[in-house]
Amino acid sequence: MTSEDPTKRQRARRILSISLLATVMVVAVACGPSDSSSSASGDSLSGSLVVSAAASLQGAFTEIEVAFEKAHPRLNVTVNFGASSTLAQQIISAAPVDVFASADEANMTEIFLNEKLLTGTPTIFATNSLEIIVRKGNPAKISSLADLSKSGLVYITCAPEVPIGKYGAHVFQKAGVKVSPASLEPDVKGIVAKVTAGEADAGIVYATDISATNGAADGVVIPADVNVIARYPIAALSTSTNSTAAQAWVAFVAGTEGQTILKNYGFGAP
Amino acid sequence: MSEHRGTRARSVGLRRPPLAIIAIAAVAIAFFALPFIGLLWRVPWSDAWSLLTTTSSLTALRLSIETSLWATALSTIFGVPLAWVLARYGFPGRRVVRALCLLSLVLPPVVGGVALFAAYGRRGLLGDSLFEWFGLRLPFSAAGVVLAQTFIAMPFLVLTVEAALRGLDQRPEDAARTLGASRWYAFRRVTLPAIRPALIAGAVLAWARALGEFGATITFAGNFPGRTQTMPLSVYLALESNPGQALVLSVVMIAISFGVLLSLRDQWLGGSTEAGSSR
Repeated sequence: MTSEDPTKRQRARRILSISLLATVMVVAVACGPSDSSSSASGDSLSGSLVVSAAASLQGAFTEIEVAFEKAHPRLNVTVNFGASSTLAQQIISAAPVDVFASADEANMTEIFLNEKLLTGTPTIFATNSLEIIVRKGNPAKISSLADLSKSGLVYITCAPEVPIGKYGAHVFQKAGVKVSPASLEPDVKGIVAKVTAGEADAGIVYATDISATNGAADGVVIPADVNVIARYPIAALSTSTNSTAAQAWVAFVAGTEGQTILKNYGFGAP
Repeated sequence: MSEHRGTRARSVGLRRPPLAIIAIAAVAIAFFALPFIGLLWRVPWSDAWSLLTTTSSLTALRLSIETSLWATALSTIFGVPLAWVLARYGFPGRRVVRALCLLSLVLPPVVGGVALFAAYGRRGLLGDSLFEWFGLRLPFSAAGVVLAQTFIAMPFLVLTVEAALRGLDQRPEDAARTLGASRWYAFRRVTLPAIRPALIAGAVLAWARALGEFGATITFAGNFPGRTQTMPLSVYLALESNPGQALVLSVVMIAISFGVLLSLRDQWLGGSTEAGSSR
């Protein structure tokens, strides 16, 4: 039971005003240089840009979006994350998308061959290896692919249309291990979420997905001879209404700044 | 009864709404009708039968029907007593209890699925006990699908039955009691027959909702053909791999739901007092 102390209230008010001031300053600092740089460089990119990207790119592309928008302040970028197969289907169904970044080449090829929606050849901009995701601290003591076929162990994967589902099946085929999944999740995030929540014991995901959990789940390395390296293609779509910006995004991702960010998130070089 | 209906129909005919209202209502009708017309237009009718009778479609259909019937049975067994308590038993905090029991009606189903994990998942409140005592693992199992569907669908039955019980004339029940019937006997032989139309309507609504359940199911029970992949999950996943099949399955689901709504006569949905007098 503390009575209202006038000095305390005064202090609280002062803290509030200081933090408000700090916020204003931060905003001013953040806005200032980018505004001046845009007027200096005479940046021609404006309008909006929609990027559809594989779910595994979420962390890296969110950061790239910030960097790209800083370089082109008059451009408003929206990145839409999902399973590459879902995104490809949306693009084929005429979703207004300017750039597509897929986690596999098959879904990109599907767009290219069946729908002729691409302007040029897709560029491979990143690679990703596979790892076994296990619950934090690995309570099920999984150390190899063979452990995933143990009875009583809840292993989950994705449907074969989703790249990670296909890659996972490929790994087991190479290793000669037979597994019985408990669920075919709609995308890789579904696997990560259920293992992180502890409802499933293990799944095969991209190495980058495990680092993105920030320690909420652990990874078990898959030997290189049975591992699959996923190659990520990116392309600007011919239906884009902002094709200069779309090309600029592709170039930015393949450029030094984009590659550095991708590397930080655990992606391999193309 | 039939005479009463006749007068009601005539009076409705006399009170025709103004043209502007009819025009706006027509827009609303088109708003609801167009998506279904569009869907029917897109369906590859020539392959419809073969798409519908593929093993994956039939497996999903069978699983959907089985799990939704189980969910309806559970909703009825637990929902009727719940509705009875809510309608008749004035206890402190009844409003809070009612809101709690109907929460899943308005909750995003995915949130419902996450909440089910927290209760019945492996690391949930009851998850370990369920496994130790009964060897039951609910996530990723058909039982988990039934649980998710019941969680989402039961409020429909509770709402309908509670409304009927509230609007019911209690005198026949009281008369039965004064004539020496036990509480249980009076409930079974007097109250239950009187609310039968509402009970059927509630059960049918709950069944239709269970059949269409998606969010809680995919979150809590996952997706595996033959075990937890129900029709809505199958439609969602087939959209990527086989759009034709997704469309055909959608039409089946629409046909079932439409049939359900058509079979529910007006009085079952609204007028609980009338339901009481009809036999």
